[in-house]
Amino acid sequence: MSSHAIPLKEATIRNRQGLWLFFLTEVFLFGSFFVLRFSLWGDTRPELEQTAGLIATFVLLVSSLAMNRAEVAIAHGDKTKFRNNILVTFVLGAIFLGMILVYEWGALLGLHGEVLGIPVGHILPGDGVYGSVLYLMTGAHALHVLGGLVFIAITLFKGMRGDLTVKDHFFAEACALYWHFVDLVWVFFYPALYLIGHVVDIH
Amino acid sequence: MSAHAHDGPRKGMILHGGTKLSDYFIFNTDHKVIGIQYFITSVFFFMIGGALAMLIRAELLTPNSDLGNYLGDGYEYNSLFTMHGSVMIFLWVIPILAAFANYLLPIQVGADDMAFPKLNATSYWTYFLGSVVMMAAFFVGRPAEQPLLWNIAVALVAIGTIMMLFGTFRVVGWMQMVGISLLSMGVFILWGPTAAAGNITILLTVLTVLMFVIGGRFGTERTSAYVLGCSLLILALCNLLGGASLGIPGAAAGGWTAYPPLSASQTANAPDGQTLWIIAVYILGMASQLGAINMIVTVARMRAPGLTMGRLPLFVWTVLAQSILVIGGTPVLGGTGLALLFERLYGMTFFTPADGGSALTYQHLFWFYSHPAVYIMVLPAMGLISEIFPILSKKPVFGYKAIAGSSMGITFFGFLVWGHHMFTSGMSPWLLMSFMLGSMAIGVPTGIKIFNWIATLWGGKITINSPMLFALGFLAMFVIGGVSGIMLAAVPFDLHVHDTYFVVAHFHYVLFGGTVFGVYGATYFWFPKVTGRMYNEPLGIIHWVLNFVGFNLAFLPMHWLGMMGMARRIGVYPEEFQYVNQLSSFGAFLLGIAAVPWLINLVWSAYRGKEAVGNPWGGLSLEWQTSSPPPIENFPEVPTVTHGPYDYGKGIKPPIVEELPAFQPIPAPAAD
Repeated sequence: MSSHAIPLKEATIRNRQGLWLFFLTEVFLFGSFFVLRFSLWGDTRPELEQTAGLIATFVLLVSSLAMNRAEVAIAHGDKTKFRNNILVTFVLGAIFLGMILVYEWGALLGLHGEVLGIPVGHILPGDGVYGSVLYLMTGAHALHVLGGLVFIAITLFKGMRGDLTVKDHFFAEACALYWHFVDLVWVFFYPALYLIGHVVDIH
Repeated sequence: MSAHAHDGPRKGMILHGGTKLSDYFIFNTDHKVIGIQYFITSVFFFMIGGALAMLIRAELLTPNSDLGNYLGDGYEYNSLFTMHGSVMIFLWVIPILAAFANYLLPIQVGADDMAFPKLNATSYWTYFLGSVVMMAAFFVGRPAEQPLLWNIAVALVAIGTIMMLFGTFRVVGWMQMVGISLLSMGVFILWGPTAAAGNITILLTVLTVLMFVIGGRFGTERTSAYVLGCSLLILALCNLLGGASLGIPGAAAGGWTAYPPLSASQTANAPDGQTLWIIAVYILGMASQLGAINMIVTVARMRAPGLTMGRLPLFVWTVLAQSILVIGGTPVLGGTGLALLFERLYGMTFFTPADGGSALTYQHLFWFYSHPAVYIMVLPAMGLISEIFPILSKKPVFGYKAIAGSSMGITFFGFLVWGHHMFTSGMSPWLLMSFMLGSMAIGVPTGIKIFNWIATLWGGKITINSPMLFALGFLAMFVIGGVSGIMLAAVPFDLHVHDTYFVVAHFHYVLFGGTVFGVYGATYFWFPKVTGRMYNEPLGIIHWVLNFVGFNLAFLPMHWLGMMGMARRIGVYPEEFQYVNQLSSFGAFLLGIAAVPWLINLVWSAYRGKEAVGNPWGGLSLEWQTSSPPPIENFPEVPTVTHGPYDYGKGIKPPIVEELPAFQPIPAPAAD
């Protein structure tokens, strides 16, 4: 255990490097799901609710923008702007998570018919390779989103308590980077699940 | 260690500055403590893996299933070799190298600790939990047959829970850890035939909470607890949502490769132990990844002044290369393992061809990890002997840049050649050829290393002692394993000997003849540094002789068996193979006995060995420029490096440790 005090700048650089290396491991984790998708689905895909997918993607991307505004705000010490923006991020992230649960995992959760005029998901994990890969990919991503929401909530709490300062706000930076990373994963997952290949009847 | 810091010779075990024996049983963030924790744990599993190997060789003494009453020749034999391979790879070879990397790397770069000390400790305890899960597979589902075991399990859960709660709320680190271990062990044993999914959910939730507790309690680098918690949460939630398993007792038996469809089915040949096996491998992979991140940041940011990349000891280069392999490879195994786990538990379909899945995809993904994994398992051992050769032949290392660069070359090529494990699985002939050529190309950076080591020895003033003998053994044995590797890389030859004992002989020459010889040598070489006492030289040489003879007697005949066509992973074989198999078995028993002098040497010398000076070999790299064992901060003051690590014979006087300031124990910081 070090008893030399590490300068803040150096500690931040180390933390940042560690974080980016962690993202690298995540890239390979999600990469293995991509391999499964393209190996098992090829140029086909199951029928998913396009409207829901488009709205959810849009919501998630906008949340990334708000996250960025929040990070910039805390870097300038603007607590009100930070709070507002990170709350927007949280709400949009929660909406995304809810939409995935309803419109993709609907059948598993026992939903039927339509929610807000859009048909709920009809695929089950047991529906062959289509159901399996869909649930694996959306599940892995949704859990990262869930983790991100917890991360955001902690960041909000710490920011409001005054733990994040203009000089030392790596926690907020890490939260923002993580959230952008989760969005970026979805930017690749969305076309892989919704757009690439022709629709086949999975039943 | 300078003598004048103490009154007379010290008695008993010498612990490094400020640590107590109890520090080795708790969540301690000192990298030297963690290194020793890794070492002791993995040596324990080495013994278990070795015992399993002895059982395998005993069964193979005769063509029939003569141990059938106790062992059986079907599922039981399968689980023997599966667990032997898994224990040796995941619980011995990879963690023992992590032990050396943890202990030596920060000292060699002149740092006082790793970049993320708490992440480092988390990494060790993650490995510990993974090992508990792996070993628990032997007991899964047995209670239904054995009431005694059932009672033990209930007691374990009760005691474990109390200890964990007490440990958590009263901040008693070791109690928390021991409690959690007992609890997990108990839950695993209780995981009976009826409620598999439910119990595993409880277990994983406990693990998740544990990770958050560790993170919060010890203020771990924020990301680590989060990463672990979330990953385990994935497993827990999926279990919660999923269906039930059939509940079949028994350890994993799908081979260490766990190929589907066998491993994906809930049958008597792939019982619940297989599920635990997948979870264990996932958790152990997590530990590796956390370690790799730590190593890279440590090398990138914490080098002492003057220690440029071109002056790094070669061991540091190999650990760097290994960490890159872990970061690129291990997450893929994790993702694949998750898919396999879901297929087993929830009727999802990924890898079972009968349901529309693709077994070949599993093989591709698995070997995308597991081929780099063989370099994960051998690169740091190459680094260890790269340290031993120049010091003990008193010459600068020949071709420093070539050896360092070839580690990176192996890393690069390592990611491109996984297909050579699948020549008989079916793939396009063009792919076969490119995988063949790529695999052979790896012989080039490996050959560069071999020739540079020989050139380092050439004309040197060689000291023949235990570390040198083992390093020379590495060189000779690894060449044999490497040459048979080039043979196996050739498609026509591989088609002939695929899945025969030739392959078994090959990877034992690389992993035992290579890595384990290197590790044996390194334990002697750094023994004075770690313990502050010298090992016993005659005992070390006895160990080497027994080991060398036993090893070759055990594995050389396997080439022969493979060429004759004896398949691997069979317990009953045609009679004409018996003579060679007996030869091999006697060799294996000798090899097992050979570990005894090693263990005696380690334990006895740690208590009674002659006190060692700080620099017994006259080395120039940084770990020899501090006391033995090093103080808690490794160096009394931050060292400045003015020369390369192997600049022997250039008039640089090796620092004598007596010239350093007297050793002052620094009190260990509080756990928080």
